[in-house]
Amino acid sequence: MSYKAHARWLTALVTMLIAVPAWSSEVQQPAQPAAAVWSSFTDQGSVFAAISESEVIRLADVSSANVFNQNLKKHESNLAPPEDGIHDSNNEATFALQPPKVAFKGLPETTFGNQVDWVKSIDQKALAPRWDRVNPDEEPFVLDMDIVRPVKASMPDVVFPHRQHTEWLACSNCHPAIFIPQKGANQISMSAILLGEKCGVCHGKVSFPIETKTCKKCHSKPKPDDWKPPLSSATTNNPWK
Amino acid sequence: MALNAQRRNLGRSAVFAMMASLTAFALPQVAHAEYADVVINNYADAAGMRPVVFPHWFHRVRFRCKVCHADLGFQFKAGGNKINMAKIIDGQFCGACHNGEIAWSVENCGMCHSGIPGTPTHFHGSTVQRLIAPTYKALEKPADKK
Repeated sequence: MSYKAHARWLTALVTMLIAVPAWSSEVQQPAQPAAAVWSSFTDQGSVFAAISESEVIRLADVSSANVFNQNLKKHESNLAPPEDGIHDSNNEATFALQPPKVAFKGLPETTFGNQVDWVKSIDQKALAPRWDRVNPDEEPFVLDMDIVRPVKASMPDVVFPHRQHTEWLACSNCHPAIFIPQKGANQISMSAILLGEKCGVCHGKVSFPIETKTCKKCHSKPKPDDWKPPLSSATTNNPWK
Repeated sequence: MALNAQRRNLGRSAVFAMMASLTAFALPQVAHAEYADVVINNYADAAGMRPVVFPHWFHRVRFRCKVCHADLGFQFKAGGNKINMAKIIDGQFCGACHNGEIAWSVENCGMCHSGIPGTPTHFHGSTVQRLIAPTYKALEKPADKK
């Protein structure tokens, strides 16, 4: 038998295997549970019960996806300590703590993290944090050197600016424990960063967070015009091609 | 019979949904404290004190990262410095400034020990925290529905 005929037999068999259990479960288990999930999440459960059964199911299928999506909820940011959810409001001293909004007045804004652009704050001289514990006049040692890291996939290449980092940090904070100061010596991946290694030691915790809004802060250098995405070995060696 | 089975299913899924919602609301990402606030509860709860809430933003307005993380030897890890009051009154860690000279002194217990009792050591609002709390888990079918 030819190779293509084999494939046809296999497709038919798989279709049967999938179709039979799907049909039987439809008979035994109507889509009722989804409706129950939906109504238990709203105060209007009784309203939905009054609507005909088919209508309830349709509503549940559409709406339940949104009910669970925490990211769609907009939380007020920069709350005062007694209302912020981790300070104890039974503690008298909590009320003596400075609310973030008071301190952030006049600082350049962002839409992530603390809602403050800390780097711009220093650049615009809206802030003058000390470089030394006791001496207010000591100046940081700023190194203005950009490192370009090519990215294999389609994301724009990464530009690491030393200037913004050395405004805040000493060389010894990163070198050599987190980053070996040598070209090609550091393996960095987004999974490592998300799990709190490499850039993720600070980013995602104290410096700007890792989310869709912030991708382009690092991935900032567009690919050259003649750039083509590398093909995976699964594509280049595809026997069915 | 079929109706009874349906009702039973409905009840089961309602219970499951309640459990799922409880899980979702118990997750730390629901508290809206300031990004980068660190709760430190290595020893506080066990000693009958509220856990410490360290506000990064408050200190960043006044000092650059280098002062604490290079000069004072704070590791880049929540709860990784094993700070206790004996070290602080000896002038280590927080005690380098919180000595009544640069910042207020240690008799103001409640200013640091201000967290809700029982809160574990963590970075508030960190990306790692968001990764280990996938909200889509709540949509999974219960085990008895296959």
